[in-house]
Amino acid sequence: MLSCSPTSTHHPHSTSSQHSHPQTQTDRHPSNAPTMASEKSSSDLTLLDFWVSPFGQRVRIALAEKSLPYEYVEEDLLAGKSERLLQSNPVHKKIPVLLHGGKPVNESLIIVQYLDEAFPDTPSLLPSDPYARAQARFWADYVDKKVYDCGSRLWKLKGEPQAQARAEMLEILKTLETELGDKEFFGGEHGFGFVDAAFAPFTPWFMSYEKYGEFKVAEVAPKIAAWAERVGKRESVAKSLYSPDKVYDFIGVLKKMYGIE
Amino acid sequence: MSDAVELIGTFTCPIVHRVEVALRLKGVPYEFIEEDLGNKSALLLKHNPIHKKVPVLLHGDRRPALCESFVILEYLDEAFPDQRPGLLPADPLDRAMARFWARFIDEKCWGPAWVALWAAEGEGKEAAAREAKANLALLEGQLDGKRFFGGDRIGFLDLVASGFAHWLGVYEEMGGTRLLAEDGHPALWRWAREYAADATVRQCLPDREALLAAMATSKERFVSAATAMARK
Repeated sequence: MLSCSPTSTHHPHSTSSQHSHPQTQTDRHPSNAPTMASEKSSSDLTLLDFWVSPFGQRVRIALAEKSLPYEYVEEDLLAGKSERLLQSNPVHKKIPVLLHGGKPVNESLIIVQYLDEAFPDTPSLLPSDPYARAQARFWADYVDKKVYDCGSRLWKLKGEPQAQARAEMLEILKTLETELGDKEFFGGEHGFGFVDAAFAPFTPWFMSYEKYGEFKVAEVAPKIAAWAERVGKRESVAKSLYSPDKVYDFIGVLKKMYGIE
Repeated sequence: MSDAVELIGTFTCPIVHRVEVALRLKGVPYEFIEEDLGNKSALLLKHNPIHKKVPVLLHGDRRPALCESFVILEYLDEAFPDQRPGLLPADPLDRAMARFWARFIDEKCWGPAWVALWAAEGEGKEAAAREAKANLALLEGQLDGKRFFGGDRIGFLDLVASGFAHWLGVYEEMGGTRLLAEDGHPALWRWAREYAADATVRQCLPDREALLAAMATSKERFVSAATAMARK
């Protein structure tokens, strides 16, 4: 897991608007971003992203799994949205956005599938069998629909609504635990796959969910906890994610912004 | 492995229709198992314990069953690649766009449309109607002069949008809110007519009166769902 060091050898070359949070500036950038991430790439890929976004991290993981060079561009979302982002994703105005030869692809899971299809000679994240692909898509969609939203309610809300979010989070983790079973990765025979890439970025958020929800993932879903540790050691994941402490601090920043106690 | 296909669904649901048309376009025989969403069957709950929704596709002995319409549509395209190929376009960028707009349809069109149609006055109903109409206009832009979203032939995005071509009119009549009209969305209106006139589609389009009759008791369920959504 990355623990962000204050000094970076290469800040991503951002075209986004100015930073406005000096106290977070030093440790906001992906200081351990792979060297290939700052080269103007021969595969003509640019990723508009935000350092702590689990959705952006899915794409970083996929690009790393495929050893695809790309230009990483940090969008300072707390300060506003750049012209480039607004033009690349006018509908949702969100990161991540992948630009391939200047053409935008939006939405993290769509981007990951795109990378599989546009770069068929690289290791694929989806398996080859149609039924296995369908199950992978289903579970990645499940993670997409459930985890971030429920997690957000856990740290945003209090009282009964928070208790409800907690109950839902436990259910989500148990459901994923059942799906993982005794497999090393969600991808099963395929190995590290689409669902692993979809869910791995949430593993640093577990500590925050645990603190706000007052539970332990290791107790509620021990196989998921073990998977999180395993997956965190994988190179593509390790270099894309930030430490649980950084995530926890970031949530603190968001809470202040939203005026939440 | 048996290859019989069963589709658990209901004719009142436009999401199920997406899959039914795909099966017919692909020439895949199937058995349709009608579900009562107001009183969900043990079969449905067994095969879709997570979302408890239709459509659910059972293909031979493959278990667990396939759930979620986008997952099922992509599966059909990949499992039956030689039969009416290319529900999804061939080019990776076009495929990414189709997937993007499919999600847009469900999240940004149907989402606010459902609130606009069924929520009580003053529960964000008017704002939702404005949002739905604006997003339908964005979707309409994707037609870009083509006969269908898929080009000359019906494709993945046409199937995903199909609810607007038939069911929306019925909901509008039930709920009293108009969202899609010729003057507001001329291209989408024209597309709706083209889609509904297609020979394969017509086999799966339930009669309007039958829909109205079948959904008469569903309105209460729609209203509480929409009210809950409006409060989020």
